[in-house]
Amino acid sequence: MKLETLTQVNAERAARRPVIVITDTANGDQRLVKAKDMATDPLAAELSKQLRMGKSGMIESGGKKLFLNVYAPTARLVIVGAVHISQALAPLARSLDYDVTVVDPRTAFASPERFPDVPLIAEWPDVALPPLNIDHYTAFVAVTHDPKIDDPALRHAFECDCFYIGALGSRKTHAKRAERLKAQGASDADIARIHAPIGLSIGAVSPSEIAVSIMAEITAELRLPKETAKVQAA
Amino acid sequence: MLNRDEDILQAAENWQKAGHGVALATVVETWGSAPRPAGSSLVINDDGTFLGSVSGGCVEGAVVTEALDVIASGKPKMLEFGVADETAWNVGLSCGGTIRVFVEKVGQS
Repeated sequence: MKLETLTQVNAERAARRPVIVITDTANGDQRLVKAKDMATDPLAAELSKQLRMGKSGMIESGGKKLFLNVYAPTARLVIVGAVHISQALAPLARSLDYDVTVVDPRTAFASPERFPDVPLIAEWPDVALPPLNIDHYTAFVAVTHDPKIDDPALRHAFECDCFYIGALGSRKTHAKRAERLKAQGASDADIARIHAPIGLSIGAVSPSEIAVSIMAEITAELRLPKETAKVQAA
Repeated sequence: MLNRDEDILQAAENWQKAGHGVALATVVETWGSAPRPAGSSLVINDDGTFLGSVSGGCVEGAVVTEALDVIASGKPKMLEFGVADETAWNVGLSCGGTIRVFVEKVGQS
C-alpha cells in the first residue's frame, strides 16, 4: 500500500466518510474509492452492496480477484429524551455496535444513575445537538413526548444528513406534530423523513420491546437497499 | 472495534513517517469458524512490533515473521492458514477455520 493511500484512508476515516480500498491480490495493485466517487465507479454495484453491509470481501471482476476493504464509520445513535424507553434503547443500541449519546435538558431524567456508561448531555437541543455533528452514519430519535424538546430537536435533524429520523407518538400525535413543525418552517419533505409512529410494527408493549422495534427499523434503514427499506416500512 | 482498527492504521502511518519499514496484513477471505472477519488487520514494523489482530492470537506470530520478509523484499504475499495446513496447525489455528491473509509493504511505489 502506498503511503499516500494509507494517509488518505486515515483522513477519510477521521472525517467519518466511508472509503473502500480495492486490491488486486495477484500483484498488489491498489486503488482507493472515496464516498463521492462510488456511484460513478465501474464497480459501483459491488461497492454499494459491500458498503451497505459494512463488509469487506473478495469479488471477481474481469478475470481478476479483487479484495474490497470497506472502511465504514461507526454508526451512531442520538437519543433525545432520557425516558424509560431510552433506558432500554441505549444498551440495546450499544450491543449492536452503535455509539450512543442521550440528550435531555431535564437533569432528573438525564442522570448517570438511570444511564450508567452512556454519554449524557443535560442541555436543550439547540445547545446539545450542533456540537455532535450529526452525519450520514447517525440515526436520530426524539422520544420525550414533549414538543418543547422534541420539536427543536427534529428541526435540527432536518438540517442534517442522518440516515434515520424517528419520533415517538401515535398517528394523532404525529399529525399534530407535523402541523406544528410546518408552522415553524419545515417542508413536506422534512416531515416525510420522520418515521412515526416510531419502530417496526411488531406489537411492542414494554419499553424493551419498543426498543427492539426501533432498532429493527433503524437496522432495516441502514442495511436494506433504499427501495426495499421503504416497502418494509409501508 | 472500528475505532481500534482506525488507531492501527494511524499507527502504521505514524511508523512509516518516522522512518520505519512497515507492513500491513489483512484478512481477505475466511471459511468456517474463522475468529476475525475479512478486513481485520495487523500492522507490523521492522522492529517486529505489531498492533491489531488477524486471528485473535492464533497465527499472529507466523504473520509477523512473513511480514518482516515482505518489508525486506517489498513484494506482497498471500498467506493461508487452516486446519488442513500443517504449518497452520503447528502455529495453532485451533478454532477450525481457514483464513487468507494478504501481506503488503506500506510505502511501496
